[in-house]
Amino acid sequence: MRIESVEDLKKIREEARKKALLREGQAEYKVTVYMGTCGIAAGARQVMAALLDEIGKRGLKNVLVTQAGCIGLCDREPLIGIEKGEEKVLYGDLTAEKTRQIVASHLVNGQIIGDWVVHAERR
Amino acid sequence: MKELALHILDLVENSIRAQAKRIALSVVEHVAEDRLEIIIQDNGVGMDEVTLRRIWDPFFSGQKKKVGLGIPLFAQVVEQCGGKMEISSKPGEGTSLKAIVQRSHIDLPPLGNLPETLALLVVSHPEIEWDLRHSVNGREWSFNSKEFLSGMDLEEVSLMYPHLREWFQSQEDNLREGSPHEN
Repeated sequence: MRIESVEDLKKIREEARKKALLREGQAEYKVTVYMGTCGIAAGARQVMAALLDEIGKRGLKNVLVTQAGCIGLCDREPLIGIEKGEEKVLYGDLTAEKTRQIVASHLVNGQIIGDWVVHAERR
Repeated sequence: MKELALHILDLVENSIRAQAKRIALSVVEHVAEDRLEIIIQDNGVGMDEVTLRRIWDPFFSGQKKKVGLGIPLFAQVVEQCGGKMEISSKPGEGTSLKAIVQRSHIDLPPLGNLPETLALLVVSHPEIEWDLRHSVNGREWSFNSKEFLSGMDLEEVSLMYPHLREWFQSQEDNLREGSPHEN
């Protein structure tokens, strides 16, 4: 729906609440976007916008998106980390388009895109 | 940084890391006076006088890292554009930043995608009360997150992102309506 007024925004707020209530249990994936000065200068905002946009469009209810500062890999920014259970994957040199592909491949289909992985670990 | 909105995002991240519960951001443009003001006020942990003097140094950071580039980078832009920036802070009370620049200066980056920046900030930190305002020649729009987002958790608010961005964009369009296209 097109938002014409504050009332429309409030309606959407209620819909978002209802959708979130349908979620079962805890989020399966935790996605961290690194938003230090280096990340922002390299395009972290566009990456995060693409991430939230894609999650919203696909209605993914099992993903928690958070932010963190610089992790010292400034030359590989923009970076995102995806955690599921004990597995953690760090993707680097991202663009908005790559981020959308990661949502489809990793978060929807569970397939890690190896070519873009900077670091992976299992705790 | 290619956009002023990215500098704003970066500066506001400082307020978030300072554990602010309320952040007020104003972007005020006076076309006739050729002035653009950016004001950020938070109620975070604040800084003592020694820290306040050191934040202009790119090799100082309040966190456990070797560099802190946000303030020095923005300060450089402000200086290049014939402007001035003031930061005041008190421990336990919060921090206030005010920058004024020449709006038409050739070295001033465009304002950029303010709706995307603001929507991301709001949905990433629904626990913070956001008080946002953009004014151009006295016409303005403002948004206070408290009435919309109180009681929602991070996952719920994330679903609001596209709608919030669209809302902010429509507010920006209204603001610019009828004025000559710039930037």
